[in-house]
This record gives sequence, C-alpha cells and structure tokens, in this order.
Amino acid sequence: MRSFTYERPGTPAEAAAAVARTPEAKFIAGGTNLLDLMKLQIETPAHLVDVNGLKLDTIEPTPEGGLRVGALVRNTDLAADPRVRKDYAVLSRALLAGASGQLRNRATTAGNLLQRTRCPYFYDTAQPCNKRRPGSGCAALDGISRTLAVVGSSEACIATHPGDMAVAMRVLDATVETIDAKGAARSIPIAEFHRLPGDRPEVDTTLQAGELITAVTLPKPVVGTHIYRKVRDRASYAYALVSVAAILGKDGSGRVAFGGVAHKPWRVEAAEADLPRGAKAVTDTVFADAKPTHHNAYKLKLAERTLGAALTQERA
Amino acid sequence: MVGASATAALAAVPSAAGAQPARTGEPVLAKVAFTMNGQRRELELDTRTSLLDAAREHLHLTGSKKGCDHGQCGACTMIVDGRRINACLTLAIMHQGAEITTIEGLGQPDSLHPMQAAFVKHDGYQCGYCTPGQICSGVAVLDEIKAGIPSHVTADLTAPVAVTEAEIRERMSGNICRCGAYSNIVEAMTEVAGTQVTRRRA
Repeated sequence: MRSFTYERPGTPAEAAAAVARTPEAKFIAGGTNLLDLMKLQIETPAHLVDVNGLKLDTIEPTPEGGLRVGALVRNTDLAADPRVRKDYAVLSRALLAGASGQLRNRATTAGNLLQRTRCPYFYDTAQPCNKRRPGSGCAALDGISRTLAVVGSSEACIATHPGDMAVAMRVLDATVETIDAKGAARSIPIAEFHRLPGDRPEVDTTLQAGELITAVTLPKPVVGTHIYRKVRDRASYAYALVSVAAILGKDGSGRVAFGGVAHKPWRVEAAEADLPRGAKAVTDTVFADAKPTHHNAYKLKLAERTLGAALTQERA
Repeated sequence: MVGASATAALAAVPSAAGAQPARTGEPVLAKVAFTMNGQRRELELDTRTSLLDAAREHLHLTGSKKGCDHGQCGACTMIVDGRRINACLTLAIMHQGAEITTIEGLGQPDSLHPMQAAFVKHDGYQCGYCTPGQICSGVAVLDEIKAGIPSHVTADLTAPVAVTEAEIRERMSGNICRCGAYSNIVEAMTEVAGTQVTRRRA
C-alpha cells in the first residue's frame, strides 16, 4: 500500500477544503471499499481525510414529511431504523440484502453510494481497464462478462454499480446533499448522481473534486407494497446479478428500478405505466436499448422474471 | 510555491492525529490510543496499519486471524464499541478512544465465554482457523437479534426478531469456514441463545 498522511477535520466544510487543497487526497468513512482497493493499489491516495467524527450520523424528519439520513449513518442503523422499516421498507430490504453483518456495521450511507464497481477486470491490475487506468482499454468487452452491464454501457466500459442501497434510493426519488470546499451546499437528485460510463468511465459520479456528501434526503413515504428482490450466485453475501426495487400500489400503479444491470441504478419512469400489463411489458421498454454481451444476455430474461416475481409477491 | 504547499500540508494535519506530512513513499507515523480487552493501549503506527495488524503484530494478540485480508472471510472479526467488524478493513488510527474486544477478551482457557464453551461442546470447528472470528461474530449476532436488528430473512420488518436457524445462518454469512463446520456452529449458537432466553426469563 502507498503511504499516506492522515487527518481528522472538525467540520464538513473543513473536510471538503482539506480534500480540495491536498493533492491526491480522499475522504475515508467506513473504509470497507477504499481500504480493500488501497491494498490492491487500485486506489492510491497520498492523504486521507477521516470524516467519521463529523457528527453526520443521525436520521431526522424533514419539514416535507420525509427523512434526512446523515452521510455517516451506518448501513445497519439505516436498515434497522423503525421509521425506515415502516415507511421505506424497500430501503431496509435493499440494505439487508447487501454485504455481511460486519460490513454493514462499518459501511456508511455516503460510502455505499460511492462504492466502486466489482468488475473483475477493474480488480485485476494485470488487465487493461479504462476505469482503473484511463485509455488502457477494456478487458471485459471480450472477457467473461456474465456479471456486467447490459444497458447504458459504452465501448469503453461495461462495469456495473454494484450496490443495492442506491437502487432503492432511486425508486424512492432520494436526493444527495453535499458541501464543497467553499462551504456551498447543493442537492443532487439520485437519478443524476451516478454517471453512465461514456468515454470517461473513471468518473463514477457527478461529484466535484473535494465535494463531500453530508446527507441523503428521502421524500415523504410512497404508499404501496415495498419490495426488494435480489438474484445472486449464492443465498447471502454476494452482489446482485439482477435486483429489483419496487413500490407497487393495489391499483396496479407503481415504480420500479433495476440493479446489477448498468453503471447506475436503472429506472425508466415511462415504462411504469405498463406495470398493470405485467413484467414483460415493462422490461421490454426498460431494456429497449440494451446491448448485452454473449455472456450476460441472460440478465434480460432474469430481469423480466425477477420483476414478475415481485408483481406476484405484491398480489400474494 | 513550495512554502505555500508545505504550509497547507502542515495545516491539514491536526496534532490530535499525530501524523507528519509524507515525503513521497516514506512511512508516516501516527499515534492512537484505545482499549483492547479492557487494557488501555497507546501505539505509534504506520498510518497504513490495519486494526488487525495492530493487534497481531504490535500487541501480539494473535487470536484474531488474517484469512483473506479483504473483508470476505470474517476470520479477523472483532467487536468494536459493541459491534462486530472486519478488523482487516479498518485502520488502527481510526479507532482513537474505542473499546475493542478480541477473542482473547471474550474468555480464556480457564474461564471460557459461554459461546467458546458451546463451540467446544458442539464441535463447531475442525482446523480452528476461522473460529476466533466465528465466535466473536456469533456473540455479536445474538446481541444484534436481542437489539431487534432485522436481517435479510426476517419476514416482518415491523415485528420482533426471533432466534431461528435461518436467522443465524443468514447473519453468519460473513464468516466463512473452509472445513464446513456450519451446522455445528449453528447448534452452538442456538444453545447459547437458548441459555440466554432462559436466563432472561429467570
């Protein structure tokens, strides 16, 4: 691991300023993804700004009837919060479907959003990867791509966002709140937070250098049956091949987002009007522009069937 | 320019952290103090030192094991401020003031923790390498259930959580046992959970 200096700033603005002014600096919160990548020399920060002491670890009601989730709320605490379990069950379910108990105890809300892809070629430093080393090529395109993206990908990158939490946040229309080095706050709709790879796959999100996530705001609860279904290679502690976050109403209305299929949580609002017509009608639209590889074309059928199972679960 | 950047680097390192600005590639030392197994420990460590390496290499508490060193196997599981975590995926210097329990702090050969005794009784291991992590995790899992924290297999998110085999298996998925002692681990944990239930009723 490359050596690094370390500091614990006292306020979010100081933390943002520290990362902005220090060359090759990064924030560290739970560290469960960053330290893993540092051991592999995939991430090589020269300076770490530890944000764990910034007191961004509470969940507060908002005047609009929603919840403001502090950036440092641990995944375990967000999933177990009684208000989240009752009114945002899709979010509890998504969190509990991810990682292991040990990891959820450390991993934070902001860090979960910022986790990097688990594309095996991103992890293999002997292989070309445009996300890890821009311009080096993509070994996944002609490689073993069964876990990788089927939609929204580019000639430069077919990596997926690996998380579950963000898929639920996408269906909830959450907002990411940030502060920059000058102390200015901004709100980013979750739909605009993660990028598609395009020709800059090394850039995962629309955050600017030194911009620090302070919270994620959930709008007032969405009435309906909250469902998170995740299909993976083993029953627990594995990334999604395909996941579905859905909020389904008794009248056939609803919202649905897919995980494990793209560089960001994948939701096509225009397809949701077709929910009463069944899963295929929805996924035909959601994945209309899909460009699967030979290895991962199965994900299209799997997405349709996983949504179908969610619709069946709602009716049960 | 050089003077300005040096000032910025110094300003970025508060004395509390104790870190010095890095010259490229050279180790950076920082001080940390925490309580491990009831004993206060003060260390000066390379900033890169994981909590696991701090315990094993610097404090010579080798009960916690380094399996994968990437948070995948759970052999390094410690209980930090009441919560189980992967000690390999956290920096020691991030735990200023923390209360940490390793397998050595749960019990000793002449005074076993009930979970340690149950693992012995139910043969919850073969080679034993993953066992310290399994036991630390097992103790914390029962605490998590008692605290009402739900899991992926909890059917009703708004109801109390029960100790069932399915709950134990799901919650222990972050601890891998290559010998495959899983069913005996579940038996050991179930027995300890039952004992706790009886004690609570009494």
